[in-house]
Amino acid sequence: MSQPIIEFKNVQKKFGDTTIFDGFNFRVEENEIVSIIGPSGSGKSTLLRILMTLEGIDGGYINVGGESLWHMLWNGAYVPASNKHLHKMRDQLGMVFQHFNLFPHMTVKRNITEAPMRVKGLSRQEAEKSAEELLELVGLSDKADSYPNDLSGGQKQRVGIARALAMRPSILLLDEITSALDPELVDEVLDVIRNLAKEQSFTMLLVTHEMYFAREISDRVCFFDNGNIVEEGKPEAIFTDPKETRTKAFLNAYLGQ
Amino acid sequence: MELGEIVSVLLQGAVVTIQIVAMALPLAALMAFVFGLIRLYAPAPFKQLAIVYIEFFRGTSALIQLYWIYFVLPFFGVSIDALTAGVLALGLNIGAYGTEVVRGAIQAVPKGQYEASVALNFSASQRLVYIILPQALVNMIPPFGNLSIELVKATSLVSLITIADLTFKAKSLADMTLQVGEIFGVVLVLYFAIAQCLSLFFRYLEKRLSRGLGRGGVN
Repeated sequence: MSQPIIEFKNVQKKFGDTTIFDGFNFRVEENEIVSIIGPSGSGKSTLLRILMTLEGIDGGYINVGGESLWHMLWNGAYVPASNKHLHKMRDQLGMVFQHFNLFPHMTVKRNITEAPMRVKGLSRQEAEKSAEELLELVGLSDKADSYPNDLSGGQKQRVGIARALAMRPSILLLDEITSALDPELVDEVLDVIRNLAKEQSFTMLLVTHEMYFAREISDRVCFFDNGNIVEEGKPEAIFTDPKETRTKAFLNAYLGQ
Repeated sequence: MELGEIVSVLLQGAVVTIQIVAMALPLAALMAFVFGLIRLYAPAPFKQLAIVYIEFFRGTSALIQLYWIYFVLPFFGVSIDALTAGVLALGLNIGAYGTEVVRGAIQAVPKGQYEASVALNFSASQRLVYIILPQALVNMIPPFGNLSIELVKATSLVSLITIADLTFKAKSLADMTLQVGEIFGVVLVLYFAIAQCLSLFFRYLEKRLSRGLGRGGVN
């Protein structure tokens, strides 16, 4: 197997007295699309948040793109990452959030251009051109000058996707991106991701409760419970022929089979 | 004394009051931002310093603070003229309350905003300046409006350290003429007018700053 683009090695994570990960191992290959399913509170979102450097870890190592995320080599020893190191590592990662987290004081266009201009140093022209292309990709060209609060949930989330893509990440993290949407708005968001998956080469890691979508889009599905991957495999295998009792129980409850 | 004469004397006092407000308000805002940000983001010893400042100026009487700066400090070799002492005392006092306004408003910005700005790889200072503060400012405006009106009313204390502000003029006029009804009636109207101007200004500011935020303030 080639070098994985994401690798968790013996990762420990606690919130106070609650242990989320106790020796967690996980790897994702480049350009692989991996869905993580499982009950709430099982640590699925924490996994993404640790990768996005929104949460630290209490032990173990994580490699992203062959380099340690939370540690750096210093005088031959691994030490906790500096802000500078984290800044460099974050360059590869993008995240779309369950609650969109758009910047309410900026227009849609500025939501998308702000980071490329300020962080990557793109000129206004370059950033706006890229924003226009991305807005077209997500079908919102006519909303460039609107403010987020004037958009529907589905539109907000499509802006959220465009905003993350504007930074050209090689790894896209999608954290329950349709969970806060009205049912009739889910598809317009999932369609965008479908197209992305088809047309571009991306590593995508998604936490989702949309089982049919996970089945359709993923190269691999991981069933996650109690901070561990209970079962993983090709979507067909997981959804039609789960081996583990916990996976079966979860899918039964979810899909009503 | 004619009402016209009373009004013209009191207006002179009102000008002094407005001057003090105009100087103490920026000082208070500066203190509020500097110490509010220190309180949130600076290393521990600076935080302690900020807490000492806040608790001292909130926890003691503004009048006593004024007396200290004007009457007591000269004994320690620091002589300050009355106007500067008044501006300092009021600015530091209101600024201490403002510190908590700044801190509260920043903390009230949803955590998701911080997370999105980390995910987009903004640096710590960029997060604060471009993402958090613009939203926090809107939260600060109404309580800042309150504090600025508190400041206007607190300026009457400076009459006790020989500054000829609105209250000072009113008292001396009243002592002279005994027309207390007219004099203190006009004084009420003048303080109210100054406070109203500030109130309108802050409402305007709130409306301008909250564009896009979907909470347009009161109309």
